Amino acid sequence: MGKDWIDAARLTVLVGHFGSGKTEVAVNMAMELGRRGYIFSLADLDVVDPYFRSRDCKHILEQAGGRLIASSQAHMDADLPSMPPDVSVLFDNPAMYGILDIGGDPSGARVLARYRQQLAACNARVLCVVNGNRPLSDTPEKAAAYIRRIEKAAGMSIDGLVNNTHCCQFTEPEDIRTGAALVENISVHTGIPVVCHAVPDWLTKQVSDFIHPVFSMKLYMKKPWE
Amino acid sequence: MKREIWKGSEAIAEAAIRAGCRGFFGYPITPQNEIPEYMSLKMPQAGGVFVQAESEVAAINMVYGAAATGVRAMTSSSSPGVSLKQEGISYMAGAKLPAVIVNVMRGGPGLGSIQPSQADYFQATRGGGNGDYRTPVLAPANLQEAVDLVQEAFDIADQYRTPVIVLADGLIGQMMEPIVWHDVKKRQLPPKTWASSGRKGREHNNFINSLLIDAHDCENHNIELLNTYHEIEKNEVRFEEVRTEDAEVLITAYGTPARIAITVAENLRAKGIKAGVFRPITLWPFPSKRLREIAEQESVKVILDVEMSTGQMLDDVNLAVAERKPVRFYGRYGGVIPSVSELEAAAEKALGEVK
Repeated sequence: MGKDWIDAARLTVLVGHFGSGKTEVAVNMAMELGRRGYIFSLADLDVVDPYFRSRDCKHILEQAGGRLIASSQAHMDADLPSMPPDVSVLFDNPAMYGILDIGGDPSGARVLARYRQQLAACNARVLCVVNGNRPLSDTPEKAAAYIRRIEKAAGMSIDGLVNNTHCCQFTEPEDIRTGAALVENISVHTGIPVVCHAVPDWLTKQVSDFIHPVFSMKLYMKKPWE
Repeated sequence: MKREIWKGSEAIAEAAIRAGCRGFFGYPITPQNEIPEYMSLKMPQAGGVFVQAESEVAAINMVYGAAATGVRAMTSSSSPGVSLKQEGISYMAGAKLPAVIVNVMRGGPGLGSIQPSQADYFQATRGGGNGDYRTPVLAPANLQEAVDLVQEAFDIADQYRTPVIVLADGLIGQMMEPIVWHDVKKRQLPPKTWASSGRKGREHNNFINSLLIDAHDCENHNIELLNTYHEIEKNEVRFEEVRTEDAEVLITAYGTPARIAITVAENLRAKGIKAGVFRPITLWPFPSKRLREIAEQESVKVILDVEMSTGQMLDDVNLAVAERKPVRFYGRYGGVIPSVSELEAAAEKALGEVK
């Protein structure tokens, strides 16, 4: 398979407003790297959220031959913003593809400052996930302000936008259409290109003729009753 | 109307501001940090006051002070933090001060864990502070209900002049769900003629106090409170029923475990087992009368109470059912969430034991 936006960089850092769906996008990107035959890892570097984290998908990733990089449960539940030591494999192994799932908001993005130099040396890219149904980032102005604050906290610039406008299991084509218009608008405001539109798998067909490229996602981050 | 995706804690904060809350006093603790964080940004914009207090004890006493002036005031915390607030809640109950206290429960006892729990049922419904008092306890199971109940909590507090507790498990605080902001029905509320907000030509001063040194005065005060509690018991009971009409196995659960129970009931129905769910929304006053009626239904063979605790609401379930039908219990503790499959197995086992 030829390279496209998914494997355009060996390391992809995902940032965004909390609740934008970074973790769902991160898990799906990692699984797609696995399907393409890459050696792959997903690093859970979220120091903000105590629940609903990418490490909840450890089993699924490992079954697909991937590796989860995450602090111990004990460190996480102690509310300690500790980084797992094995993040370094992402920088040291040039054959390994990696997705870095970063905590929401500028406060979550601050951990990136710790890895700025290594990430730059690996030509890592930073993608910002945007959910147009989140009230604090639902206009181009508000989203652009968020992006600037995240860039400042991380000390890195954002290379691309991912439209992940959703409404959990109630997402409709209209959500994705509105979100697409929003990210295009943010792109005009900021000069940051839109790299893809993340869409739940049951809507992929319906939206393919009006947006491109579509990233079809299986929803892995389930609630206990789902 | 527009659906928006909110995180539970920030939605609770926004709901309070929309309800006219203009004083928030708190101290951070996981899993509800987004409440004070959101308040610190938005409360000043709404013209209100946000204070990160030096402790939970200070925060609840600031709520007492703000409420005494007639302002709609609130604090939020999680389990160990709410323990620290108990003295203040008792004082507010004694002084008849309306306020809203949000507890986003985590594992206990003590510092426990940061994962979701429901082990503060006793604390909320029996009163963790001293004295003969009750607090209305509202327990949302989804974010739409959480924002609606938080707004209504302020009205309930003002109507009866009482602190009201919104008891949410950690999942409510941390999960994301769609919300539609709609107008919550407003109550006709009495003017706050009792508030200590400046004399302004009034004939007398208003004093807010919970000290009644003379025992007979204190008894009369208790009778007054008791009459209010009877009114609340008469007017405010709330619950939800799902497929109870012909249920053989009736699952009782509140908060997010009730949603797990509903999924289990659907799975059991697909297997031919008639299952239903009874979900108390007010934990005090507890919907005892209706639960007893359902327990008396011929169809009901067994009641399975499910909680993220070792069995606290179970006491109220047992008091309501009063041995009319066998009651079984299934719980996970300390921050562990019951899975659909284990709860399904527990329901089948309970039914098998009594059949």
